Formats: sequence, structure tokens, C-alpha cells
Amino acid sequence: MTYLVRLADDNVVLGQRLSEYIASAPDLEEDLAIANIGLDHIGIAQHVYTYAAEVEGAGRTEDDFAFWRTERQFTNTLLVEQPHEGFGELIARQFLFDAYQLELWEALARSSDDRLAGIAAKALKEARYHLRHTASWVVRLGDGTDESHRRMQDAIDSMWRFTGELFEADDLDRQMAAEGVGVDPTTLREAWDATVDEVLAEATLLRPDDPYQASGGRNGLHSEYLGHLLAEMQWMQRTYPKLQW
Amino acid sequence: MVTTQTLPIRIEDLVAAVVDPEIPVLTIGDLGVLRDVIVAGDGAVTVTITPTYSGCPALGVIAEDIVTVLNAAGYDRVAVNTVFSPAWTTDWMSDDARHRLNEYGIAPPGPAGTDAEPVVCPQCAATETTLVSPFGSTACKALMVCSECSEPFDHFKAI
Repeated sequence: MTYLVRLADDNVVLGQRLSEYIASAPDLEEDLAIANIGLDHIGIAQHVYTYAAEVEGAGRTEDDFAFWRTERQFTNTLLVEQPHEGFGELIARQFLFDAYQLELWEALARSSDDRLAGIAAKALKEARYHLRHTASWVVRLGDGTDESHRRMQDAIDSMWRFTGELFEADDLDRQMAAEGVGVDPTTLREAWDATVDEVLAEATLLRPDDPYQASGGRNGLHSEYLGHLLAEMQWMQRTYPKLQW
Repeated sequence: MVTTQTLPIRIEDLVAAVVDPEIPVLTIGDLGVLRDVIVAGDGAVTVTITPTYSGCPALGVIAEDIVTVLNAAGYDRVAVNTVFSPAWTTDWMSDDARHRLNEYGIAPPGPAGTDAEPVVCPQCAATETTLVSPFGSTACKALMVCSECSEPFDHFKAI
């Protein structure tokens, strides 16, 4: 269950982050794109939380996971909770995460757990589509004007320190991988590197050489930004408990 | 797809005729969203559906509509399950459904996994069309524009 919650936490937090930007994108089409991508992430989180709740068997629902846990109980990676200053950072964060999700879902689609494999196979199709979109923006902005190139490079640089955590493995990851249910994140790194390097090269951007990599999200140790995001996401359910549509 | 052969035809048809709330010209039978209908000996009905996209907000409405339709037909105990495997694909859409979609003004999907085929404008049937945005008004559609008649239109994405 803890393993499933990790997968869902990454998706719900990123979905919430993306929703903040709706109506602020450079054009209407991009507003729709960001809303669609965010919706996919929230949908995946919902399905995985539902499964986690069933595995736990304690009567919790997907809403309990999303709305009734505190910051320290969320186990998402730091990357997805990072705020974006403008469109470039939103795209950088999304591109780096999409490239990771593509490899993750591809591996989990082969999970020995049928339910997880089914969710992953569906998410994989979506991740592929998201990545195509965000990679095209990285190239368009990176290989654009001097100004867009500078800002895209800055955006990649600012998100880079949060990418190392995506490929960290702990005992739970290794145990799930050994059982054939999950995947050892360290094994996803090579393919991610290849995707990212190829797109950055096409975008005439430099791969950052930042030795500092932040970590802690998987253990509930978050940056200052997650609390604010959760406050916005959870206030309705906490103000009016058990509220239904 | 309805896998249980021993059913009275009527209930399958009732469920299959529930329309997609976002594309009301298609039913869940047309889309392949409906996977299975099973009626137990005691009259309890179990309907199995699959989402088109993980975040498709129509799924909840579809489940409610299925319950409403079956309740109205006298089936009081209805359970709607969601399955993810096999993952939904636009290849399950029937030719008739594709035709109706086109008539409705939405270009139907080509074969899944191929981008090569030109998207035909549903207004004037021209093949000179351009992608405006890969994400349209719902998760399952992209926004296109026709170079011939200049009309914008939705394209049902092949997945």
C-alpha cells in the first residue's frame, strides 16, 4: 500500500500544481493542454489511491488519501511540488517528470500485479503523449530566440537538482522490484538520461552539471512549498468534512 | 463488448445505449467503454466499464447513467465496476460510430499507433489539415484546422 501511495502522491501533487496555471498559459490551446495533462495525473492518482485503499482494507477511500493526510504523510518527490515562475519552469518540470514517468509506467505495465499493470498500461499511453508535447516546447523555446533560450536554460537548471531523487531506491523499492510488483528506480535512469540528453541537444540547451541533488520527499521531508499546495487543495474537504458533489 | 452469451438481449442493449455525456452522438457500446454485463440469478446486475483516459471526468456520469437506466428498467441492485486492462483503444470504435462521429463534426481516429495518415476535415473532406493543439476540449480530442475551408474542428485522437 505504501508503494502505491508513493506513485499516487507524485501524480496528485503535480496535477494540483498544473491546475494553478490554468488561464495563465501563453495561449488558450496551452491552457487546455495543461488542464488535460493535469487531469490525467489526477485521474491516475485517483485510481491508484482507490487500489491502495482496497489493499489496506481499513475502509479509507481515495479522498481520505488526498484530503486527510498532512504534509509529512505525503511521499511525493520534491520535483512535483516545486512552484513554477512562468511557463518555462512549468514546462521544464513537466518534461523532466514526463521522461521519468514514461520509463516508470513502461516498467510497471509488466508488473506481476494485474491491477497495477493495467493502470500503468493506461498511464503509459498518456505519458507518451505528454512527453511529446513538453519535449516539443523545450525544443521550441530552447532553439528559439536568445531570450527564450536563456529562460528555458534557466528553467532546466532550476529544476535539475530535484531529478536525482526520482531514481533513488530504498528498501521498499527493492523489495517491490524483487517481488515483481514494482520497479527499482535506479534501473530507469539510463533510459531517462538518453531521452533528456537527446531533447536538450535538439533544443541547443546544456545538460546542467549541478552536483547538488535534493532529496527527502519519499520520507515526507518536503520543501516549504508542499504545505501551501496542500492547504489550497484540502481546504474545502477540511472546512466541510464529507462534502460530496 | 458483452461476453456473457446467455443474457436476455434487452438489458445488454439498454446499457450499451447509454450515451457519452461529452460526445452525445456516441454510446458507451460504440466507444468500447462498456466491457461486460452480467445478470446474476437473483437479478443483481454487474456492469463493467473501462475509462478512455485516466482522468476522464465522464466516467462517473456514465456510471450514474447506467444505474439510472437499469433502475428504471426494474433492476434495483446494480454494481458498476471499473477495469483498466486491457487498456482502452480507439480501435474498438465501430465503423458506424466513426461515421456518426464524422457527421457530428469530429474527425474520427485512425488506427492506433500511427500518426502518418492525414486527418480528413469533417466539414469539407479536404485532407490538407493542420494540428492547432494536441489537447482539445476533452482529453480524447485534439484541435485541428482545415487549410481548405479554414474551419477549426476536433479530431478524436487515436490511442
